[in-house]
Formats: sequence, C-alpha cells, structure tokens
Amino acid sequence: MRFGVVVFPGSNCDSDTFFVLKEVLGQDTTFLWHKDHDLKNVDCIVLPGGFSYGDYLRSGAIAKFSPLMQEVGEFAAKGGTVLGICNGFQVLLELGLLPGAMLRNTNLKFLCEFVHVRVENAQTRFSHKAKPGQVLRIPIAHFDGNYFASSELLRKLEKSNQVVFRYVDENGEATAEANVNGSAANIAGLINKEGNVMGLMPHPERASEALLGSTDGRVIFKSIIEKLEHD
Amino acid sequence: MIDRKTIADHNLTLEEYGRIVELIGREPTMTELGIFSLMWSEHCSYKSSKVYLKKLPTAGKNVIQGPGENAGILDIGAGLAVVFKIESHNHPSYIEPFQGAATGIGGILRDIFTMGARPIALLDSLRFGPLQTPKNRAIMDGVVAGISSYGNSMGIPTVGGEIYFHCCYSKNPLVNVFALGLVGKDKIFYAKAEGVGNPVLYVGSKTGRDGIHGATMASAEFGKETEQKRPNVQVGDPFKEKLLLEACLEVMEKGLIVGIQDMGAAGLTCSTSEMAAKSGTGISINLDLVPQREEGMTPYEIMLSESQERMLLVAKKENLAEVQRVFAKWDLDAVSIGEVTEGGRLRVNFRGETAVDVPVDAIVNLCPVYRRPSRKPAYLKTAEKFNPPPLPSDCNDILLRLIASPTIADKEWVYRQYDHQVQINSVLLPGADAALLRIKGQKKGLAMTLDGNSLYVYLSPRVGGMIAVAEACRNLACVGARPIGVTNCLNFGNPEKPEVMWQFKEVIEGMAEACRSFSIPVTGGNVSFYNDTEGISIYPTPVLGVVGLIDDISRAVSPGFKQAGDVIVLLGENKEELGGSEYLKAIFDLEKGPPPQIDLETEKRVHELCLGAVSRGLIRSAHDISEGGLAVALAECSFWSRAKTGSIVDLDDDIRPDALVFGESQSRIVVSVRKSDLSALLKMAGQKGVQAKVIGKTSGGKIMIRHAGREIIRLPVKSLYEAWKKSIPQTFSVP
Repeated sequence: MRFGVVVFPGSNCDSDTFFVLKEVLGQDTTFLWHKDHDLKNVDCIVLPGGFSYGDYLRSGAIAKFSPLMQEVGEFAAKGGTVLGICNGFQVLLELGLLPGAMLRNTNLKFLCEFVHVRVENAQTRFSHKAKPGQVLRIPIAHFDGNYFASSELLRKLEKSNQVVFRYVDENGEATAEANVNGSAANIAGLINKEGNVMGLMPHPERASEALLGSTDGRVIFKSIIEKLEHD
Repeated sequence: MIDRKTIADHNLTLEEYGRIVELIGREPTMTELGIFSLMWSEHCSYKSSKVYLKKLPTAGKNVIQGPGENAGILDIGAGLAVVFKIESHNHPSYIEPFQGAATGIGGILRDIFTMGARPIALLDSLRFGPLQTPKNRAIMDGVVAGISSYGNSMGIPTVGGEIYFHCCYSKNPLVNVFALGLVGKDKIFYAKAEGVGNPVLYVGSKTGRDGIHGATMASAEFGKETEQKRPNVQVGDPFKEKLLLEACLEVMEKGLIVGIQDMGAAGLTCSTSEMAAKSGTGISINLDLVPQREEGMTPYEIMLSESQERMLLVAKKENLAEVQRVFAKWDLDAVSIGEVTEGGRLRVNFRGETAVDVPVDAIVNLCPVYRRPSRKPAYLKTAEKFNPPPLPSDCNDILLRLIASPTIADKEWVYRQYDHQVQINSVLLPGADAALLRIKGQKKGLAMTLDGNSLYVYLSPRVGGMIAVAEACRNLACVGARPIGVTNCLNFGNPEKPEVMWQFKEVIEGMAEACRSFSIPVTGGNVSFYNDTEGISIYPTPVLGVVGLIDDISRAVSPGFKQAGDVIVLLGENKEELGGSEYLKAIFDLEKGPPPQIDLETEKRVHELCLGAVSRGLIRSAHDISEGGLAVALAECSFWSRAKTGSIVDLDDDIRPDALVFGESQSRIVVSVRKSDLSALLKMAGQKGVQAKVIGKTSGGKIMIRHAGREIIRLPVKSLYEAWKKSIPQTFSVP
C-alpha cells in the first residue's frame, strides 16, 4: 500500500509525517504537491500539520482552494482513506469533509504540549488496533484547536459514534481541566459518517519513536496500514 | 545639501563624515550618506568592539567558518556540519514587542539558511523588567507571542532558552535569539559575488518603507521619544520566509547559484556591498527593477529599507532561468536587478541617473575603528562589600519563596507557546539543563544551551564572563554532551561611556580565558551596545550560546530523579558564598557581594567526570546547581521526575546553613545513581580528582535536608511544585 503526504506552501509537518511513515514504519510513501492534480495512485492521503498559506485568514481556509484538493475531495467521495492531522484536520473542516469548525484555543495562546486522549471509537480504520477506552499520550501544537459544533450536530456525532478521540487526564477522565483548548465535548478527533475521513488535533507522528518520549501515536498509522493491506 | 544637522541625524560624527569625503573624493549624495550611516553604524561595523573581540579564541580543529560570515560553522563528523549564531533584537522589541521579536527570529533564521543549512533549532534568551508592572507583562507577552508566531509558522522548533527578570531591563528588554542549522559539509554556501557578468537576483518580499534606519536606531540610546520610532520596526511575514527557505535551499541543493546573502540589517545596502567586498568585485544594480510595494520610493529609501524576507543571490549566468523557475514554484519573485562587475565599486542607478558610485571597500572595510576610553566604574568599590543577613529562622518559607521567584519559577507558560517538537528531533523538553536533539540517521546527538547571569557580571565583569562560559558547558555536561563551539551575544550600555567600555573589556577577558580553558572556539556572535534608556545602562549582559555533541544519544541524561532508593551524589564542593545569589536578591533585595568564585581547572574536571559517567551509563540523572543553590536544584530534580520523587539529604559542611542550601558556588552538579553503580562512580571521581560525596538518597514525596543532624528543610514536593508551577501564570492572570 502507498501513503501520500500533501505539501501545501506553509506545511511544516510534511517531512515529519513522511519520515515516520517511510523510515519508522517502512511504508511506501510519496509527497503530493498542492498544485498538481496527480494522486500518484496512493491508498491513503495524509494532510499534515503546519500553517498552510500562512493561515493568516482562518486556518485551512485557503488550502481548500488548492488544485489538489479537488482530487482529494473526489478520492474521499469514492471511499478513499484520508487522515488530517492538526492543520490537516482544519483543512478537512474547511473542505466540508468533516463537520464543525475550529475556534481559537480558549486561553488565546498557541499550545504545544503532551496531552492525553482517550480512544472513543476503536472500530474505525484509523483506530481498530487500539483498545476501546485506551488512553494515548500524544503532543498537540496549535492555536486553533477549539472544536466547535452546534448542540444538534454534537448529538448526531455522539449518536453515530463519530467522536474517535477525546481529551482526558492521565487517568482517562474527560475533565474540563484536561480539555486544554476548550473543545466542545472534549473532542480531539473526529471521523465522517462513512468512516473513511478522520481529522485529529494531536500529532501522532510526534509520538512514534521511544527516543522522543512516546510511541502511542503509532497505533493510528498501524490501524490504517493493517486495514488497507487486508482490503 | 549635506549640513551638520544632516550628518548628526545620520549618527555620524564630523570626523567620520570627513573620512567619507576623503575616501570617495567628493561629497556623498544623500543616498550614499545613508549607506555610510548604516554600514558605519555600531550595529553593522563593530567599530567600538572590534579591537577587543580579537581576544576571543576562534581557532579549533572543527572550525569550518569562524567569525565574519553570516554564522559560524563547525564540523560534527559524518560529512555533516552545524551552522549557528545568536543575534539581538532588543531595541525593536521594546518599541513593538511582537514584531520586534518576530523579525528577530526571521533574521536569525535567514542567517542560517543563507549558508545552505536547514534550521533545526531555535533558542532564546530573554530579559524583562519585574512582572508586577503591567507594561513589563505586556512586553513579555508580546515578545513571547512574536517568537511563537514566527518560529511556529516556519516549522523551526524553539527547544530551549532562558529568562531573567530585573528592573534594569524594564525600559530595555533583551531579546537574544539563537538558531542552529544542519548542512552537508560539501553543501555550504557563502556570501560571494563572483564571476563578472553573473546576474544579481533579488528574491523574496517586495521592498517597502519599513525599517528604514533600523540599524542606526540600534546604535543610539533611547530617549523619551522612543515610542515615535515605531515605524522603524519591520513587520514579519513568516509564511513568506518559509517559502523563501524552501526555495533557497532548493536552488542551493541544485547547485544553481554562486553566492547568497540575506537582506537583514541595512537591507540591499549591506547585501550588495558585503558580497562584492568579500569577493573583490563590484556590483551594479538598477533600482527601477527592485520589486516595490509602495509608490514613489526614493533611491535612499530603497537602499536603506529593512523590509523582511528578502535575499540577494548571485546566480551562474546560464542558470538564471532555472533559478527563476524554482522561485516561481514557490510563488516568489526572483528578479535580476544587476550584475557582478570588475573594479570593486557599488553602482546604483535610479531612473537613468547614478544614485551611488562608491568603492565597496570604503563602505565595508574602512569604517574607523575605535579604542574607546575605559574606566573602572565607581560602584565596584562598594559592590563586593555587604553585611550578610541574619540567619533565617525558617528555611522552608524561604525555599517556597525562592522557587516562586520568576527567574527560578517554571517557564512552561512561555515554552508551551513555542512549537518545541516540530521536525521530530527533540529528545529533552524545554527547561532541562540543555536542549537535546537527535540527528536523524545518526547515533550522535546535538545539545545546546544559552546562559548569562548578568548580576554576577555586574558585580564582577571578568568573573561573570567566565561563569557564563563555565555554566553553559556545565549544562551540556549534565545531559552528557561535550562543548564544541560558542557564539555570544554581548548586550551592553553606551560604549561611549568609559565605565561601559571597561565592563565590556573585562567580560571579554573573562570569556576568552574560559573558552581557552575549555578549548572551545568562538565562531561568531553579535554585539548590542547602546542598551540605555534615559541615560541608564542595563547590567552588562553577555549571553553565551554553546553547542555540544553527545556520541550516543541513547545515553543522554535528564535532570529528573528516576526512582526512589537511588543514591544522590554531589560532584564538586559546597562553599560559603552568598554574594550575587538569587537568595540575597529575592529575599533581601540585596544585590551585593563578590559573585561565586570559579576555578576553571576544577570546573573542567567536574565536567569530565560527569561526561565519563554518562557515557558509561553510571548516572541516572544530573542537574547543574545554579540560581537558588542546592535546595532549588534538588527540588527541580523532583519536578522533572515522573513520579515527583523527593529526596532525603544530610550535609555536614561547616558553613552557614543558608549559604549551604541557597548559595550558588560554582562547579557543582547533583547526580543520582543506582546503589550498584555508586562505587564505580566514586572510583572514577577519585581518578579524575573530583570531590564527589554521597549526600543522601531519593525517597518518597518529600524534600528533607538536614545540616549537621539538624533538619533545615522539610517540604512536600507537591507544595514546592505548585509554587514553582503557578508563579508565572498567576502573574499574568492579574487583570
């Protein structure tokens, strides 16, 4: 199987994601340039973290107009696997591939730190290798990670099990204190109804090597790899 | 017409002006006067510091590039080199904290990637006035947000640094930024303008009127009208710089260019004249071709603009189209604005007329050099004398207050705003003794740290200068890395004051001696004079940036205790030294006394022992004893421990108990070891001639210190941790 990591101008976790997929996990991985229309026959598209187009407007708002995003939209519509990390999640929201929107963190500051997230749905192609309720220690790094959804949308998301990760404390409790950026219902990661597009704010590529303090992020990549290799 | 007032407005003396006329053989045009004013400013010419900077050792077997280029370069083996430098952005950061600090980051990053290296780390050393004052909080808030905004967007992790607070920085905060990049040894680029007829390309952002006279501003004292200088501060665009970074590295990687120089201070003026001067060539440019974002700009304004995110390249003639194709891919302008010429002159045309025609040598190399008068400051006569305070009745209370003093308290409020993990190399989180990065595909790792205790320097410039070097190297030793090179940022007051010049001279002497002793070359740096507001100088503040290597990164050590039951060993010796301590300052508001003494030989032996023990895997944690002394160091070892493991310590030194636990004697490291490794460590200490003494063990959730059997400190780690953690955020939550 083959991963494609999208490069927007201003992406800055593209190389990190590429490194983890290719060098740490040994996967066939290629970069996808935002101005192209060629998806290079990849099986999974990763929209990486960073500041696409500088994010001077709303995060991800300009990236959605990139030529490549047309193909990404079609790829997703056909059931292709798309993972958005941090800025990638923001782009997916702007594209409408995931519902809701991002606000500034409630403390109005950029936040970079290890957080704990709980696996709320361990039956997706992005999380099936995790145990339900498993607590993962993965870093975040964002200014706009305060997930917003109307109460009606939240009800729908919960009902259809679309919340994949929630901010929790180290004991796995979804407390207000653990909700670092103020997200609605402590939501850290979300999947679409069809189950092929996921976005999350934490950076699994930063938690994939023991030397860097955590390998908890690997479970996400490994879930994708196993699922797509079986298909 | 150039009159006395015009000359004075350009910060030039009449003698300097006379020299300009003599060098070019006529009166300069206004644009030429502007050019000389910038390039002969203190900031660009180092005219007051040059004679002293020569005393710093710059040679070493790993040195690929010493002072004089955009940044220093050291060979780190395996075909790789590190490019690093520190710069100040003090003046702009006071006037406009956010943009001042942000463009400081932009500038230092360009210094690194202009040499072909991809920046992999940022660190910053900051100094602010006390946080009780709303204005000081606003400055700190703005500076931190500015660094965060620029560094995060560029995708360069801010992995460490240091912050001190003192009233001398209230109207003159210091923002010193350090960057380090990695480059293949055969892929290094220099600021060369070689090959007559080669095109000179302008790349990056368009030129506006921002930042005109920035370098001149940084070369004068601030007065009450400082606020009006806001238009002199540039505005940063990190997104543009990220594109510039990728495009520049791509044309360099493809071997398409001859030389490259960033347009930082003094913009187009500095880049054209320096590139030509270094290659013994000239440059001719046509300003009509320079991309401009404002209408009606004069040649004076275009040449002096400090608009950000711009670079000047000299390409091989035949590669011009390919270079432009790469920049177009990254949506950037790359415009040929002139060419390399023979004859060593800078010629600038504007609307068909010659605006500048002067020898580059005169601009770059013939600025007068000053050996300014120096005089030992009067305050030093009494600074070392002080009456020690009465012995404290309750050391617990003092420790709680000390740990919450902003200089010592937790800086997470700051570093969580910095992306410190992007590029996935960060092995130790900010706040450790030194930042530690892995190098992908290599066993070895890189460590770096910034240090500079200005109170020590104020009390004894020479000793303070030595300590700055020694402590930085000690920090590296604590994580297991050996120092390989130094960059420094020397922040001082007005050099025209003999007292300031004396401090400067002494600090250089102290630093030079320490660098020679540790055999580490100084590969460059920055001097920031005129840190005075309304006639008051800051404390002399040298900031040392030291880079180190660890052979096996998997052996690296952090400050945190690993588990209860380990043995705590003190490397080095406790002495009765209270002078210059944070204890005297924070508790008694006393900035007096001789700073701690330092013996460089002893210091070196302590480092050797620590390094040897780390590489043999004998120690489980190591932490330098600095501000706040042994008690604070022990507390920090607990804070860094996952389980917040405490310690029980017994001391029997025959010295005042407050000096024992809060004194800042140098050359001390507190380490924890497994019981089974203790004898090997002590044996090693004996062989290396270092005093190493078992002082206690890691244990439970309390910190307990006994002196000669009498308990002097007993506190739960949790209460100390809370005091340490809350101090700075609480200050900022005050409306």
